[in-house]
Amino acid sequence: MKLVIALLLLVIGTVAFHFLSPWWFTPLASNWGAIDDTIGITFWITGIVFVLVNLFLAYCVYKFRFKKGHKSDYEPENKKLEYWLTGITTLGVVAMLAPGLVVWAQFVDIPEEAKIVEVVGQQWQWGFRFPGADGKLGSADNPFVSTTNPLGINPSDPAGQDDRLVLSSELKLPLGQPTKVLLRSKDVLHNFTVPQFRVKMDLVPGTISKLWFTPTREGRFDILCMELCGIAHYAMRGYVHVVSPQEYNKWLTTLPTFAETQQGGSGDAVAGENSYISCGACHGQQGEGNASMNAPKLAGLSDWYITRQIKNYQNGIRGSHKDDIFGQQMVGMAQILADPVTLRNVAAYISTLEETQTTNTVEGNADKGASLYVTCGACHGRQGEGNFALNAPRLAGQQDWYLKRQLTHFKKGIRGTNAKDQYGKQMILMAKMLTSEQDINDLLTHINTF
Amino acid sequence: MFATLREKSWLNSPSATASGGFNSEISRKTVALRFFLAVISVLFSLFIVTFLARSQFPDFQALAGQAWQPFTNPQQLWVNTGILLAASVAIQFASSSAKNNRLLAANIAIALCGLFTLAFIGAQILVWQHLIDLGYFVASNPANSYFYLFTAIHGLHLVGGIFVLLRLGLRSTAQTQNSLIISTSLCANYWHYLLLVWVLLFALLTSTPDTYKTLAALCGF
Amino acid sequence: MEHVAIADQVEELHNPSSFISKYVWSQDHKVIAIQYGITAILVGLVALVLSGLMRLQLGFPESFDFIDPSSYLQFVTMHGMIMVIYLLTALLLGGFGNYLIPLMIGARDMVFPYLNMLSYWTYLLAVIVLLASFFVPGGPTGAGWTLYPPQAILDGTPGYDMGIVLMLLSLAIFIVAFTMGGLNYVTTILQARTKGMTLMRMPLSIWGIFVATILGLLAFPALLVSAIMMLFDKLLSTSFFMPAIVSMGEQLDYTGGSPILFQHLFWFFGHPEVYIVALPAFGMVSDVLAVHARKNIFGYRMMVWAIVAIGAMSFVVWAHHMYVSGMHPAFGFFFATTTLIIAVPTAIKVYNWVLTLWRGNIHLTTPMLFAIGFIFTFTHGGLTGLFLGNVVIDLPLSDTYFVVAHFHMVMGVSPILVLFAALYHWYPLITGKMFNATLGKLHFWCTFLGTYAIYLPMHYLGFLGVPRRYYAMGTTDFIPESAQTLNASITVAAILVGLAQLIFIANVIWSIFKGEKSGPNPWHATSLEWQAEQIPPAHGNWGEKLPEVHRWAYDFSVPGARDDYIPQNMSNDDVPLEPGQTLQIREEH
Repeated sequence: MKLVIALLLLVIGTVAFHFLSPWWFTPLASNWGAIDDTIGITFWITGIVFVLVNLFLAYCVYKFRFKKGHKSDYEPENKKLEYWLTGITTLGVVAMLAPGLVVWAQFVDIPEEAKIVEVVGQQWQWGFRFPGADGKLGSADNPFVSTTNPLGINPSDPAGQDDRLVLSSELKLPLGQPTKVLLRSKDVLHNFTVPQFRVKMDLVPGTISKLWFTPTREGRFDILCMELCGIAHYAMRGYVHVVSPQEYNKWLTTLPTFAETQQGGSGDAVAGENSYISCGACHGQQGEGNASMNAPKLAGLSDWYITRQIKNYQNGIRGSHKDDIFGQQMVGMAQILADPVTLRNVAAYISTLEETQTTNTVEGNADKGASLYVTCGACHGRQGEGNFALNAPRLAGQQDWYLKRQLTHFKKGIRGTNAKDQYGKQMILMAKMLTSEQDINDLLTHINTF
Repeated sequence: MFATLREKSWLNSPSATASGGFNSEISRKTVALRFFLAVISVLFSLFIVTFLARSQFPDFQALAGQAWQPFTNPQQLWVNTGILLAASVAIQFASSSAKNNRLLAANIAIALCGLFTLAFIGAQILVWQHLIDLGYFVASNPANSYFYLFTAIHGLHLVGGIFVLLRLGLRSTAQTQNSLIISTSLCANYWHYLLLVWVLLFALLTSTPDTYKTLAALCGF
Repeated sequence: MEHVAIADQVEELHNPSSFISKYVWSQDHKVIAIQYGITAILVGLVALVLSGLMRLQLGFPESFDFIDPSSYLQFVTMHGMIMVIYLLTALLLGGFGNYLIPLMIGARDMVFPYLNMLSYWTYLLAVIVLLASFFVPGGPTGAGWTLYPPQAILDGTPGYDMGIVLMLLSLAIFIVAFTMGGLNYVTTILQARTKGMTLMRMPLSIWGIFVATILGLLAFPALLVSAIMMLFDKLLSTSFFMPAIVSMGEQLDYTGGSPILFQHLFWFFGHPEVYIVALPAFGMVSDVLAVHARKNIFGYRMMVWAIVAIGAMSFVVWAHHMYVSGMHPAFGFFFATTTLIIAVPTAIKVYNWVLTLWRGNIHLTTPMLFAIGFIFTFTHGGLTGLFLGNVVIDLPLSDTYFVVAHFHMVMGVSPILVLFAALYHWYPLITGKMFNATLGKLHFWCTFLGTYAIYLPMHYLGFLGVPRRYYAMGTTDFIPESAQTLNASITVAAILVGLAQLIFIANVIWSIFKGEKSGPNPWHATSLEWQAEQIPPAHGNWGEKLPEVHRWAYDFSVPGARDDYIPQNMSNDDVPLEPGQTLQIREEH
C-alpha cells in the first residue's frame, strides 16, 4: 500500500514539479524556436507515457497485491497486445523523430547570406575574428601562433591582412543577421555555448567546426565553454552583445586589423626611465616596492602586464570599486601615462629593472600551499613565472602582502567585478577556492619559496 | 538459430528431452578459441579502421610507393613472413602427428614452432632496428607509428602463444593423446590465424597511398 | 596443475582442502563471484565518497578548502570511471554472472575454472593500479571519465602525467580480465547447459548476462585500441589523436592527429557499455518480478528478442554521444534514427515488466520493492533518453546537467536498484541466511525516494543550461539565485542517500551472523539455482547427478498444479496436482 501511494505521489509530484518549476529554459534569443517546439512535442509524448505507465504500475501493485489463497493468472504471452504496443510505440517515436530531423536539416544547411565570425578557443579564453572588407577570412593554423600572432593567422595570406581581431572575450553581433560561426581551437577541446541561442558546438584543434543562428533579441548573453578543457574550464567565460546593425558596424571599425596588430613597435626603455621617476616615488626607484606606501614591487613584471594594468586603471576597469582605496590612487596616477608611447616606454623600462630580494610577511604551511598552488600553476606557471599566452602575470618574487590583498579583493569582489575585466572575473572564480585566510597564507608561503 | 529463438518453451512437451548445450571438451575449447579470435579480429579491425582514417590526413607519408621508401621493396618482410609460415607449418605437423599418435614427432614439431615464432619476433625487431637506422622513428610520422604499433601488437599475441606452447611442450608427455590432439589443433588454428593477420597487416603496411585512398573511400572516410 | 571441471558425469573437480585454496586461490565460481562482488562494492564505496565530495562542492561552494578545481575534476573523473567499469561491469558480470551462470544452467562450475580465477586476480590488479593513481605525483587524472585527448595528456588537466598513464594501464588490465571472464561465461552458457536446458528455457538473467558478455567481448577492444594509441601519444609522442597544438603558449611537437577519432573509438565501446550494464540488470529484474509476482514473465520470447535486438543495435548508435563534437553533421540523421529505433524494444521490455504484474499475486518483499522501483526510475530515465537521442534537442541539452541526470537515472540509479533487488533476492542462496526485512525496506525507501529527489530536479538545472563538470557556477546573467538552493538541496539528498547505504552494509554483515536460516527455497522460485541440494550450494553445485530440466523457468501458478510454482527440474509426472485436475498449459491466454 505504501508503495502504491508513493508511486502515485511521485507521478503527481513529478508533473507538479514540472509545471511549477521556476527553472526552465532561458528566454530564446535566436531563430531556433523550432528546437524549443521539438522539445515541447517530446515533452508531451514522453510525459503522457510516463504518467500512463506509472499509473498503470501503481494500479497493478494495488489491485494484484498478495491475497492468501489467490493464484496469479497464467499467461505466457499475448501476441496481439504486444503487436499493438509495439505499433503505438513506433508511432510515438516517429512523431518525435520526424520534426527533430527536419529541424536538424535546417541546422546543417547554413544559409548563403550568413555573415562569418570566427571563434578561437584556448585554455581558458576566447578570441574572435571577423573578415575584413574582402568578406573572406585569411587562413589560419596553430603553427602560426606566436606572442604577436595569438590567433595563428597565416601572415602570408593576403586575405587575412584586413581581418578584424577581438583579443578579448567580448563579442558583438548584429541583430537579425544570420551568423555563421566557425570554430577553431588552439589547444584542447572547447565548446561554444550561448544558452539563449540554443545551439552549441565543440571547438576541435586541427579542424574547423560550424554552427549558425540569427540573433533575435538585443542584450548581453553569457558565453560558456561546455566541453571539459582542464582546470579552469569553469572560468572560461565571455559575453556576446547583440546590438543594432549600426552599432555593430561602428564597433567593427574600432577593431584592429591583423596587419595593424603586426606593426606595433616595442617600447624604448631608455626613454621610459624619465617618466618612471614619478612612479618610483612610491614603488621605489628600482621598482622594489614599498609596503609602508602600499606600493607593490614592479621589478620582474613583464611589460604586457604593466601595460594592461595601467590601461585598466585609465579605463576604470580596475580601481573603480569604492573599497579599493589604493586602486583609486592608481587611477589618478595612471593618467600620467595617457600617451600610449609613454606607457609603452615606461613598461619597457620596468621590465628591465633588476630583481631585488623581498621580505616575507606571512607564515603558513608551504606543503598545503603547494597542493593549493597546483590549480594556480596551470596558468601562472609551476614556478610562478607567469605566462603571456594565458595572460597570467608573474607571481614569483612578488611581495606576499600585495598578493594577499589582491586575493582578498578578488574574493570580496573589490577587484575584478567590472564587466570588462575578463581576467579579473576568472580570478574571482579561482580565488574562491581559497576558503579561509589560512589557505591564503599557506598558498603565499609556497609562492615565497619560488 | 531463428527457429531456436522462436521456441515456445513454456509448452514443455517436445523439447523435454533436448540435450541442452552439453558438450565434450573439444567443442568447449573450440568455442572459447573462436570467441577469442573474434575478439582479436575486432581489435585488429578497429586498429585498421583508425589507420585508414588517419592515412587520409595530409601529414601521413606511406612507407611504400616511392623508390626511396623503406617498404617499396620489402624483402626483409618477405623473409619474416616465410619464418612465420614455417612456424605455422610446424604446428600443423604437430597436430597431425598427435592424431597419428607419433608423440615424439609432435613434440619436435611443437619445439620447432616455438623456435620459428621466436625467430620471427627477433626478425621483426631487426626490421625495427633497420627502420630506426634509416631515421624512421616511431613519432616522426603516423605511418611509422602504425608500423611499430601493428607489429608490436601482433608480436604480443605471438608471445602469448609461445607461453601456451611452453606449457604444452612441458606437459606433452604427461598428457593423454586425446588432450594433446585438442591442444595442438587449437594451437594450429591460433597460429594460422595470426599468420593470416600478419599477411593482412603486411599487405596493408606496404601499400601505396593510392590504395589507402581507395580503401578509405570504401570505408566512407 | 590445471583442473578441468566438467558439467558431465566425469568428475574431475578441483577439490580445495586448505582455507587458502578454498577462499583465496579458489577456482569455485561462487567464491570467485563473491570475491568480485566484495572488491567491486568496496571500490564502489570509494566512488560513492568521491561523489559526496563533488556534491559538497556543488551544493556549498566556497566552504571546503580541500576541494579545489583540480581535485574536483579528479573526483568527477574517478567517480565516473569507477562506477561504470569497476563497480557496475564487474559486479554485474564478474559477480552475478559468475554466481548465477553455472547454477542457473545446471553446470558444476564454469568450463575454465582456472581462467576464471585468473580473471578475478587480474581484475584486482586493475583496481590496485587504478587506486594507486591517487598516490602518485599529480594525482589521478581529471580529464573526465571520457578521457578525451588532447586535454587528457596535456598540461592544464589534473593528473596529465602519471595519473592518465595509470588510468589507461588499469583499463587495459581490466579488459584482459574481462576477456578471460567473458570467454568463460559465453562458453559455459553455450556448452555446459544441463540436459533439457534449451536456450529458450534459460532464465532471462542468463540471457541478459549472455548478450551483455558478447557485447563486452566485442566492445572492450575499442577501448583497448584507444587506450593503447593514447599511451603511444603520451609516452612516445606519436600523433594518433594529437593535432598541432599550442599548449600554454608553447608549440608542441604533435601534428595532424584527430581528437574526434578517439571519440569514435571511445563511444564505439562506450555505448555498448551502457547495455553491458543494462542488459544483465534487465534480465535479473525480470526474474525477480516473476518470482515475487508469482507469475510467468509476460512475453518471454519478446523479452529475449528485445535483449538480442538491443544488443545488436547498441553497436550502431554510438555517435549520438557526439552530436556536438564537431563531427560531420550529416551523421546526426543516421544516429538519431538508430537511437530512437532502439527505444522500441526497450519500451516493450518496460511494458512486459508491468504486464507481468497484471493479474499477478504480488508479494511486496524487499527485492520486489527494488524491482518495482526500478520500473519507475527506468521509465523516467529511458524517456529522457528520447530527448538526448533526438539530435536537435541535444543541441541545447548536451553537456548540461540534463545529461548528468539522464544517465544517472538510466545507468546509475536503475541498475543499482536492480543490483539491490538481486542482492536481496539471492542473499539467502549465497549465505543461507535471511536478511533483516525491516532494514531492507528502510534501505529501499531511502534509496528510491532519495535518488529521485537528487535526479528529478537535476534535469531542470539542465533545462536552465547549467553546464556539467563546472567546479563553481559563479555569477551569470541567466541562472537565477534559486538554482543554488536547488543545488544545495540535491546535495543534502545525495548525502542522505549515501549514508543510507550503510543500512545495507550493516544488514548484509549482521544477517550473515545473526540472520535466520533461510531454508532451501525461501521465495518458492522455479529456476535451478534454488533447487540445489544444499543452500548455499556446495562445491560442485549439485549432488551426484546433474539436475535434468523439464520446463522453462517461469512455470508459476500453472492452472491445475497444487503449488503456485513448478521447479524447472520437475517432470510433468511429478507435479503435485489439485484434486481432480490436470496441468493446463496453454499456448496463449
